[in-house]
Amino acid sequence: MNSLPVDSQKSSSWEPVILPNIKDFHKIDVYLASGGYKAFRKALAMKPEEVTDEVKRSNLRGRGGACFPTGLKWTFMPKQTTKPKYLAVNGDESEPGTFKDRQIFEFNPHQLIEGTLIACYAMGIATAYIYIRGEYGKWIRMLQRALDDARAYGFIGTRILETDFSNEIYIHKGAGAYICGEESALMNSIEGERGYPRVKPPFPAQNGLWGCPTTINNVETIANVPVILNRGWEWYSKVGAVKHPGPILVGVSGHVNNPGVFEMPTGESLLEIIYKWAGGIPGEKGIKALIPGGSSTMILRGDSLEGVRMDADSLKSAGSSVGTAGMIVMDRDTDLIAVLTRIAKFYYHESCGQCTPCREGTGWLWKLLKRFEENQGRREDIDLLMDVANNIEGNTICALGDAAAWPVQSMVRRFRDEFESRVIGDKAFQKFAV
Amino acid sequence: MLSEQHLQKVEELRKAYPTSKALTLPVLWMLQDQEGYISTQAMEYVAKLLDVSPGHVLGVVTFYTMFHSKQVGRHHLEVCTNVSCMLRGSEKILARLEERLGTKCGTTSTDGKFTISEVECMGSCGTAPMLAMGEEYFENLTEQKIDDLVDSLK
Repeated sequence: MNSLPVDSQKSSSWEPVILPNIKDFHKIDVYLASGGYKAFRKALAMKPEEVTDEVKRSNLRGRGGACFPTGLKWTFMPKQTTKPKYLAVNGDESEPGTFKDRQIFEFNPHQLIEGTLIACYAMGIATAYIYIRGEYGKWIRMLQRALDDARAYGFIGTRILETDFSNEIYIHKGAGAYICGEESALMNSIEGERGYPRVKPPFPAQNGLWGCPTTINNVETIANVPVILNRGWEWYSKVGAVKHPGPILVGVSGHVNNPGVFEMPTGESLLEIIYKWAGGIPGEKGIKALIPGGSSTMILRGDSLEGVRMDADSLKSAGSSVGTAGMIVMDRDTDLIAVLTRIAKFYYHESCGQCTPCREGTGWLWKLLKRFEENQGRREDIDLLMDVANNIEGNTICALGDAAAWPVQSMVRRFRDEFESRVIGDKAFQKFAV
Repeated sequence: MLSEQHLQKVEELRKAYPTSKALTLPVLWMLQDQEGYISTQAMEYVAKLLDVSPGHVLGVVTFYTMFHSKQVGRHHLEVCTNVSCMLRGSEKILARLEERLGTKCGTTSTDGKFTISEVECMGSCGTAPMLAMGEEYFENLTEQKIDDLVDSLK
């Protein structure tokens, strides 16, 4: 178990640029007074491909979970096409343990709008949809107010700021479906369909919304774009981890004294985040396990966190991934089987039902895990769990199947003793029955 | 079926999308806001309004968990029980709510006033445990806060 001294002082001197500590920053006047929409003006004075190049050289990588290089993604959009092009900004934010985009809607909506405008200009897009989960009704209204203000100030509409660039931004409200955070399901949802993921290829840049070239970027990713334009790619690429640079919003929840969303440069040590930023574990209990980036990412043992950092490479070598940087901390008294059973139930509930391995497999995982939770597991069920998970992984249209398999695989691999102690008739369970 | 004001909004929205089918979700939201739930007749109405099949509308309504095809209680209390909330005691919160309202999770009280549901992660993990009532989030819940909320609604 790790125990660093609890220190409520933030460990970094980082000056936030995504969620700046400025009163009423969500208001357009305050945003403008702090240099807001300057990046957009700057972009408008550049050639679109220069803007894309700036983002490419900054090494910004997507903040939605896959860490894909944003600038590179933008270059996939065809330059010569007779079809309309679209941008879809992904604010579905439904990954358990993730609550960062919500902060952007509430505290910095104009930076999201400005980033959207810059992205549209760079890719020659006239229409953008910001997809927001239906549960965020309150935040949808906040963003809509900001959009109305931006329009009133002439940043949205036709021939913006007396240039040839015209742009419309619409909010599309979801209606309760985790799967709509998957980019192709999100596009189907915008088109008015059920949120079924599409088979790739064709990829969205060729065949996206209504068969037209489309780029999908996460809300936080887009909110980083004005920062890159303002400070330059060189500055940005030197913030945090070399191969995965920039500020990142890290959400910490579960057994910590001070849960919340913290902005920091990438590459911060996970233990620093837990003990310094999030105030440590109540009762100094020590960490049993950590989910580093939302429930889909592989679970890590508490005793394996030394030296692991919040960036793509470090978490990959530790056997997990950054995901949405939504950390869920579990103290030494946590019933991990109960946690995993709850996660399995979630994927079973959210599977869209298109692919048999996922539709059936997620249900089997949940049922098997319930047996362990009720101390009715059989010894062979441990391998059966792995078998089911392995047969889901890689065999489905979208990544939800993988996301359902990974927590199970990593838990069995790293906490096999937890399962063994819950096998029917096994006396070892006694230690949990306190 | 839709109010004049909503119909006007529908006309505006037609400019936002290249197909009328894309208005399925926004129009269903308007209907549900207006009527409280989406009846079979309402689905047929939406199908006509948007020139799509009633089967398509039914498919959408049943796919998305936030659309209700049956009446829910006047106050719909949705308790998150996903991991971050679970680790901070959502089980107790749900039990307290069920006890105070005399209504089981997944059902509506006999007077039609309250519906309790269990929901998946609502993006409130840093302020767990939580419940949502309509668009309002109630966060950092304790049993005392549940008592206060129930008292204010009764």
